[in-house]
Amino acid sequence: MLKISGLNSFYGRAHILFDLALEANKGEVVVLLGRNGAGKSTTMKSIIGLVQPSAGSIEFEGKSIERQSPYRIARAGLGYVPEERRIFTDLTVMENLEVGRQPSRDGAPTWTPERLFDLFPNLGRMKDRPGGRMSGGEQQMLTIARTLMGNPRLILLDEPSEGLAPVIVEQMANTIRELKREGLAVLLSEQNLHFSEMVADRAYIVEKGRIRYSGSMADLMRDTEVRAAFLQV
Amino acid sequence: MLANIVIQFMNGLAGASSLFLVAAGLSIIFGVSRIVNFAHGSLYMLGIYLAYTFVEFFGRGSILGFWGAVLFGALSVGVIGAVIEIAVLRRIYRAPELFQLLATFALVLIIKDVALYIWGAEDLLGPRAPGLRGAVEILGKRFPQYDLVLIVIGPVVLGLLWLLLNRTRWGTLVRAATQDREMVGALGVNQAWLFTSVFFLGAFLAGLGGAVQLPREPAQLMLDVTTISDAFVIVVVGGMGSIGGAFVAALLIAQIKAFCIGIGDVTVFGIVFSFSKLTLVVEFIVMAIVLVVRPWGLLGKPQGSQRGASTVEPLMLPLNKGFWAITVGLLLALTALPLVGDDFLLVLFIDIAIFAVFAAALHFLMGPAGMVSFGHAAYFGLGCYGAALLFLKLKWPMELALIGSPIVAGIGALVFGWFCVRLSGVYLAMLTLAFAQIAWSVVFQWDAFTGGSNGLIGIWPSAWAKDKTIFYLLAMAICAGCVILLWRVVHAPFGYVLRAGRDSPLRVDAIGIDLRRFQWYGFALAGAVTGLAGGLYTFSKGSISPETLAIPRSVDGLVMVLLGGVQTLTGPVVGAALFTWLQDEIARNTEYWRAILGFTVLAIVLAFPAGVAGFAKIAWTRMRARPEAGGQAA
Ligand SMILES: Nc1ncnc2c1ncn2[C@@H]1O[C@H](COP(=O)(O)OP(=O)(O)OP(=O)(O)O)[C@@H](O)[C@H]1O
Ligand SMILES: [Mg+2]
Repeated sequence: MLKISGLNSFYGRAHILFDLALEANKGEVVVLLGRNGAGKSTTMKSIIGLVQPSAGSIEFEGKSIERQSPYRIARAGLGYVPEERRIFTDLTVMENLEVGRQPSRDGAPTWTPERLFDLFPNLGRMKDRPGGRMSGGEQQMLTIARTLMGNPRLILLDEPSEGLAPVIVEQMANTIRELKREGLAVLLSEQNLHFSEMVADRAYIVEKGRIRYSGSMADLMRDTEVRAAFLQV
Repeated sequence: MLANIVIQFMNGLAGASSLFLVAAGLSIIFGVSRIVNFAHGSLYMLGIYLAYTFVEFFGRGSILGFWGAVLFGALSVGVIGAVIEIAVLRRIYRAPELFQLLATFALVLIIKDVALYIWGAEDLLGPRAPGLRGAVEILGKRFPQYDLVLIVIGPVVLGLLWLLLNRTRWGTLVRAATQDREMVGALGVNQAWLFTSVFFLGAFLAGLGGAVQLPREPAQLMLDVTTISDAFVIVVVGGMGSIGGAFVAALLIAQIKAFCIGIGDVTVFGIVFSFSKLTLVVEFIVMAIVLVVRPWGLLGKPQGSQRGASTVEPLMLPLNKGFWAITVGLLLALTALPLVGDDFLLVLFIDIAIFAVFAAALHFLMGPAGMVSFGHAAYFGLGCYGAALLFLKLKWPMELALIGSPIVAGIGALVFGWFCVRLSGVYLAMLTLAFAQIAWSVVFQWDAFTGGSNGLIGIWPSAWAKDKTIFYLLAMAICAGCVILLWRVVHAPFGYVLRAGRDSPLRVDAIGIDLRRFQWYGFALAGAVTGLAGGLYTFSKGSISPETLAIPRSVDGLVMVLLGGVQTLTGPVVGAALFTWLQDEIARNTEYWRAILGFTVLAIVLAFPAGVAGFAKIAWTRMRARPEAGGQAA
């Protein structure tokens, strides 16, 4: 459902992504692994249109989206959860969800605040709290819930486990598996191999803006050599 | 006595409503788009004019006609605001902040001339509101009925705005976009329409603020500038982006103004204090105090820059050999100008030299030092008046008076700058505006010393410099000297500190440099250099008036700098030359020179978002770097 090939992106004059190619299929959880600064977030931003790729094609459900503005890409059914969370701190939890709300969409689960509060019970207990007065973990739940309000078919999750306590990471893994069960495709970026192993079907490894490995998550877990070369610090 | 106080208070309330409407519109637009809309006062002005026209059309006598005209006037202004957003501003959201400012300045010029064309230069006084022409009696005093309506309008609009922003999806999106508009877009919201609707609302409020003033003040062409400075003051005092703050600030300032008028002259220990004279500046004094005590305004929050707003760094490259060759050639050609040009041309070039100095100094402040001044004419005017007064009152000759002018302006800049460098960004700009307004009002009202609104006359150069050619050469020499001085300073350690401070103030402070002190001296230097330009101007014209330090003069300076581009040191010189020449050329041929200038500026902004000189420089760098040119991300 998402097919990227020959993707090149720049920040100003700095060339960050080099001929990147990857795919994510319906109902699949795909993880993009890589060290700090490898280009994971840049890939995510290029897909959603926050960074304009200089070359390459990005196809989502058969339509090319690489020249479109972020709001059109989002309306095509792509949800983006930024690494920095970017909660609207002046808005309450309910208002944050309202900003993300979009009409329901064929072939994608339809979310309401009530359903999301089932998925993230913490949020249900602080509906009227301003986003600025929530813990990091709560904000992480909120940013995902907010994106789900757009009823996406595929969701881009940029390092969801970053900065979370081990218990919360466990919960996050459950959430992702739940989303998969609902029929969502997930493209995840991660540094946490353990977390990836819990949720991902397939994995790509990026290094210095290039894909260096692709294969099933199970294969990657067996391949100590690749892991030593690209993932261990 | 009590009755007087009550009536003054009611007057204050009535005056506050319009101010609040305009300021609220400005504040909402700024919050979402981060554009400081200088054309907002022009929209207010259009509100009065359009309401006037609609009243004439619907008939002066009918109640429905009057209120219909007010509403249609405001709605039309809203539509104009939306059109402006779609046609102009939408294209430059990613341009540097200063460019957006320039575009809205251009709109001010255009709207003024459009109004001149449609409604003429005469003041137009609308009819009094049908059914509300009388007065009510309050504690034995008469108070206009219509003003009671105005008193109600302010709080009603405040309430409606609150509901709109807090109880509707649109309002939620607006508040979210105020914080992080890029993220709002990534969540599937069409920002373009959100922004257009915000401009519609903001412009509607400005138009409404104007339209309801129809029975109280005549429609006239100066309202744009006076209104925008009032609205800025209120937004800044109340806190950028805070509607409630705007309301409180409008009330506060309108009350203080009303009381100043009410008190009139008071004699204390034989000295007459004229409070009514204070009305021209009292709001700026309030703003200066608020900014120093509570820099983010009464109800505002300290805010960082908005996510997703553009941050384009001005580049500052050392100049190369080719550039020097061109410069020296140009200087030689300019020296030879008197051989071929007549006196008119020399006068034009003297003006260009003077404004090149003005613009170069302002550029030094805005570019390398990172402090945008909206009131730079203050130092120009201080230089003008310094030179004139030294010449007339102390009988100093031209040479000494010219030396005195930068000293006078420099001292002024030291005093004002001490406060200004405590702030940054738009707040700093507003404080400079406040000081300029205070300086203007002192000059304008101190008849005995500065000649008041008539200004001063009979300030002529010494005998040796009376000849236009000589004076021209003198002006060129001073201009070249000032530009070289500023250039040297920018590339000296002092300049490095300023630039580092502009880019990352925290880091500069962290390595133990007292950045504020550097900025203060930088501010004073820019002021002094501008003062020299002022001194030169005085002797070239022979007379001066308070216009030398009025807001339009500051605006001219900004346009020059932005026209040339903030990125390069040649920019302001090119910009000043282009501006002065255009103004001279167009003004000679048409009454509508402002509009033509405005359209030219807009065209330049839309075509070369890096300024003329900046564009030339980028093109030059591109050409030389062609072989390795790669793709660029947005
Ligand atoms: N806004 C920016 N401007 C310039 N360079 C940037 C910008 N953002 C990221 N970079 C650079 O791009 C490269 C890739 O960054 P990216 O954020 O995509 O990495 P990442 O894989 O997400 O890393 P992390 O795990 O730390 O989040 C890095 O070298 C980074 O320094
Ligand atoms: Mg990242």
